[in-house]
Order: sequence, then C-alpha cells, then structure tokens
Amino acid sequence: MSNQVWMVTFRIFRKKGNLKPYFEDFQMEVKPGEYLLEAVERIWAFKDRSLTFAHACHHSTCGACGMRVNGKEKLTCITLIKDVVDDDGTVKVEPLRNFPVVSDLVVDMGNLFLNLESVGHHPVISVVEEPYQDGIAAGKGSEADYIRLSDCIECGMCISACPVATTTSTYLGPAALAGAMQASLNPDNGVLKLVDCADGVWRCHSAYECSEVCPSYVEPGRKIMQLRRKVMAERIKSIFRSNN
Amino acid sequence: MSTDTNKPAPSHWWKWFDPRKSDVGNWAFILNRITAIGLTVYLFVHLVVLYQLSQGPEAYNSFLELAKHPFIVLGELLVVVAAIYHGLNGIRVGLTTFSDTSSVQKAIFYVIALVAIVGSLIFAVRMFTA
Repeated sequence: MSNQVWMVTFRIFRKKGNLKPYFEDFQMEVKPGEYLLEAVERIWAFKDRSLTFAHACHHSTCGACGMRVNGKEKLTCITLIKDVVDDDGTVKVEPLRNFPVVSDLVVDMGNLFLNLESVGHHPVISVVEEPYQDGIAAGKGSEADYIRLSDCIECGMCISACPVATTTSTYLGPAALAGAMQASLNPDNGVLKLVDCADGVWRCHSAYECSEVCPSYVEPGRKIMQLRRKVMAERIKSIFRSNN
Repeated sequence: MSTDTNKPAPSHWWKWFDPRKSDVGNWAFILNRITAIGLTVYLFVHLVVLYQLSQGPEAYNSFLELAKHPFIVLGELLVVVAAIYHGLNGIRVGLTTFSDTSSVQKAIFYVIALVAIVGSLIFAVRMFTA
C-alpha cells in the first residue's frame, strides 16, 4: 500500500439557515486512494463540527452521500480523492442542485420521494420484494423488467444533473419517471395518464445527464424514452377504443 | 422542510447553457437551445426583410445591396449552420424517442455533428465564393 500523502484543499459549500452561502477552504493531508467522504468526515471530526453532510452505508447502497464534486454529481463514498483533485490541489464540494439546501451539503429530497410515490414506485421496498409486489406475481412483466429500477438508490443525483430540472421545479424528474416506467408494467394503475403531461414525460429534452451520473446504471433517460413510447401507444389505442 | 428563503435556484433559464457539464448529451441539448433561439431571432429578421417587398423596388434593391456585405453573408451562414444542426438533432431526439437507441445517443450525436460540419463547410464555400 502506498504511503503517499497529498496536501489537498477542500473547498466546501457552507450555508446555515437564511444566511448567505459561501465557500470555506479546509486544507488537509490525505492519501490519494482515500474516498472523498472519508475526507469530509475528517474535516467534520477535526476541523469543524458544524459541518453538515449526509452519509450512512459507505458502500454506494444508501444514496445519502450524493454531492457535486467539481461541478459533477458523485457518490462521495465511492469517489477516490485522486480522481477528483484539480491540478492546483483543490476539490470543490457542493450540495446537489435542484433541491432546497437544508444546511451545508445536506439537501431536502422530500419532493423526490413524494414524486416517486406519486407514480406508484415504492422507495423503501426491499429489492427482493419489489418485483413481486404487483407485477410478476400478477403476470405483468418479467423479473428483468423490474430488477433494473430496483437498483435505484434514490440518491437524487439524476435530478441534480438534469438541465431541465434546473429550470422548472414542477418537472417530475428522471428518477420519478423511471419509477413510472416500472410502475407502468402494471397497466391498471393509471400511471401513463399521470405522466402524459407537460411536466411529465414530455418535459425531457434528451440531454441524458441523468444516465451519465446514475451510480446504479438505472439509465433514467432510456426509461423516459421507453415511457414515451408507452404513452404514445396508449394514446393511439385510446383513439380506436373511443371509436368503438 | 422547505421555506421560501431556502429554495433551490429556481427557473434560472440561463442554466440551460451551463457549460460545466461536458457530457455529449448535454452539449447536444445546449447547442439545440442556442440554435433554437438563433433561428427564432432569424424568423423575425426574415419577416422584416419580407416587409421590404411592400416598400417598392428601390427599398428592396438597396436591401439586396446590403445583403452582399460579408457580415450579412456570415450571418446567413450561421442561420444555415443552426438550421442544419437543429434539424439533425431533432432526428437524433426522434430516433431515441421512437426506438430503443438511447444507449447509442452519443454515437448518433457524433454522426450528426460530422454531417453538420461537412454540410456547413459546403455552404460556407458556396456562399463566400458565389
């Protein structure tokens, strides 16, 4: 194991209450092979106990530690410091975009969970149970259809990366639309009508930033396009139904 | 809990053009927005030019003289470039929407970018050598 040590400046976004946000620099010796979350934890432990950040599992399962690192969404528990340090020895760490900042690096993701629930996706159901909730057991969809979105860890990074979500707060967003795609495997729940609106499946402009940053390879962008095709097919079918 | 003073940066339209993200799909999106705005502005300019037709032959001929100015020709070339790119990106979006080609959207972008560059060069040569 390398004993190499780097002196790195961590430029951390700070915001408390309604005070004006600012960036605070923390210089620290780190090993380049350390994960960024470990450095943030050490800043909290040894430099500033008022630093607020979210974390839990440390192995990219809980989705709590998503942040913007040098402007890009990263799960900091699996982001090596050596991969993100700029040439001048600096790493800029900010909270996710498109969510209200609660404090420092912590954002309020309540809307994400509400949107996921509104389309019939169950954020807290276990990976084992999800395929059998109301899909495969009812003969709707295959296990492969379900398992991919079960990988979604609700980290919110897709919404932070989405350039459309940046400009409208009413957009359902990539995570919820990917959830809707999975929920639509059950054709009886009306989710296709729910997403067939300006703030739903049609708001996406195919930038695919969501798919780029998704740490679980859910491919929300692709899911949105699949959902569009389903919505269009449903519309065409409804024309013939109404003529009968 | 969200408060009015603790909202995310909402509705900053200029963030459409945020260049910090350099992934291919986002560049396609940014270019799409820029060319859309350019073509919309051109539409109004075009209507003004058409209006010249109703002002008699002299007004129209004087405009035609102005249109030969290299800056105007450059502007027309930019319109052509924008139209080519915007149209081709529309095909890319249509392809990824109507078929399961999202996984190759980057490759599609590279192809349309190449076609747009070659097409623009052909127009540039023809316009500046005419």
